Amino acid sequence: MSLDRSEVAKIAHLARLEVTGGELDAVAGDLSNILDLVEQMNGVDTAGVTPMAHPLHMAQRLRDDVVTEDDRRDRYQSIAPSTDAGLYLVPKVIG
Amino acid sequence: MHEKSIAQLSAGLKAGEFSSTELVGHYLGRIESTDESLNSFVTVSRDLALQQAEAADRRIRKGNAGPLTGIPVAHKDIFCTDGVKTSCGSRMLDNFIAPYDATLVSRLGDAGAVMLGKTNMDEFAMGSSNETSYYGPVRNPWDADLVPGGSSGGSAAAVSARLCAGATGTDTGGSIRQPAALCGITGLKPTYGRVSRYGMIAFASSLDQGGTLTRSAEDAALLLQAMAGFDPRDSTSAEEPVPDYAATLEADISGLRIGLPKEYFGEGLDPGVGDAVLAAVDEYRGMGAGVVEISLPNTRLAVPTYYVVAPAECSSNLSRFDGVRFGHRCEAPKNLEDMYMRSRGEGFGAEVKRRILIGTYALSAGYYDAYYLKAQQIRQLISDDFRQAFAKVDVIMGPTSPTTAFAIGERTDDPVTMYLSDIYTIAVNLAGLPGISVPTALVGGKPAGLQIIGNYFQEAKLLNVAHRLQQATDWHLAVPEGM
Repeated sequence: MSLDRSEVAKIAHLARLEVTGGELDAVAGDLSNILDLVEQMNGVDTAGVTPMAHPLHMAQRLRDDVVTEDDRRDRYQSIAPSTDAGLYLVPKVIG
Repeated sequence: MHEKSIAQLSAGLKAGEFSSTELVGHYLGRIESTDESLNSFVTVSRDLALQQAEAADRRIRKGNAGPLTGIPVAHKDIFCTDGVKTSCGSRMLDNFIAPYDATLVSRLGDAGAVMLGKTNMDEFAMGSSNETSYYGPVRNPWDADLVPGGSSGGSAAAVSARLCAGATGTDTGGSIRQPAALCGITGLKPTYGRVSRYGMIAFASSLDQGGTLTRSAEDAALLLQAMAGFDPRDSTSAEEPVPDYAATLEADISGLRIGLPKEYFGEGLDPGVGDAVLAAVDEYRGMGAGVVEISLPNTRLAVPTYYVVAPAECSSNLSRFDGVRFGHRCEAPKNLEDMYMRSRGEGFGAEVKRRILIGTYALSAGYYDAYYLKAQQIRQLISDDFRQAFAKVDVIMGPTSPTTAFAIGERTDDPVTMYLSDIYTIAVNLAGLPGISVPTALVGGKPAGLQIIGNYFQEAKLLNVAHRLQQATDWHLAVPEGM
């Protein structure tokens, strides 16, 4: 399996991850090599095999629907890049 | 003081031979004089360590000290530490002061352990050589030109160089066991769910597990005792009782059934490492253990399967690093998308980007069945191999890593060759089993590891089996020159 520059650019956009034009060829080569490794899976007959959902086959635990955490907004926002009045600030979204 | 084990230090503290403040000061001095060349610490929390040492000394004087009270340890920089920088080896979190403690950190703190600082690691635990860290490579204390292994390379180097009494690490595909092997120490990866993942920065949530890097199995038992157990804050934490690990360390192992998977001794294994592993197996024969050849037929599929499952989970987990709530944000973003793209492009290094991209591709529309679903099916086959093996044997033994430590820079240009460093450790994570790496005979002057794999929640058995070897041999006592 080999990926080209445009496919890598599309995947990078899906991941919201900047990959510059100068990096695209090298990244495409690396990803293609990794996919070649991964494709060793193709020769295995997995018909009827239940995919593993959990290594110990544990069910998801449930808990009572009550508040268990205290309000730590100020502490958590103290490390944010930009906040105002308890809100996180980002570049303008609506024109 | 730095040549003493945790049990010996604990006895010395209780007997008043030295205080925790003196002990911690001694270790801080060693870090100051030695770590510039090793680069095993990202952060040394000197003032906090001395405060914790004073508190430990008060507790010892009052007579309510436990076995870890006053013992200096280091945490891998993947564990959140309240008020202390938690970088995960990444530029993305270079400015991140964690606002809470990981459960593992608070449990060791409650037990009285003193945190010396945070250890270097591969960025977001993605690597097998500690070369992907934003803070530069860690050097192997046995030879500064060699890697320490990874991703818990800083913890392994710090323990090996006697810069802390013990350290924590995480293991997603071998990241505790492989660096332990390459640095000549003992590394324990518990059963999936044994140690809480709360506050441990997530890489691949179905594989990640916290554990210990120590000089001996006895020390590992003491650390694991404090760390293990159910935590309601981790949705996959196991509700299994925690046994007394120290109580069974000395148990007789005559009649132990050891399985040697033939797939772990084939092509790609350095013959010297193979001989060193078999020398350890011979020690067990001498103790009355029985050795049989077994087969884990899907072994060769472990690395390919892992490089779908782990990147897929990584691409989801690392989507939280978006420049909005914490971590790196690019300068002067033009719009929201530009902010996401550039913050992530600048914040992540090359290996993390590769894995996010592979994971995004594997999960994208039209590819899910061919990659992720297929991988989870093969994962079940790999797990079935172990289940069948454990019907016949008590533990599985083999090499931890196919080679001894390799040169810094040797494998960085070839990601796939680097991935194959973890060929014997990855299947254990895919199955969720516990494994331990213990030092065996040196190979050409370099450490090599014996890996012992146990059945689910059999950490006590692994520690017992490892401890018996360390009573019978002195391989684990070998120290790098000058340390």
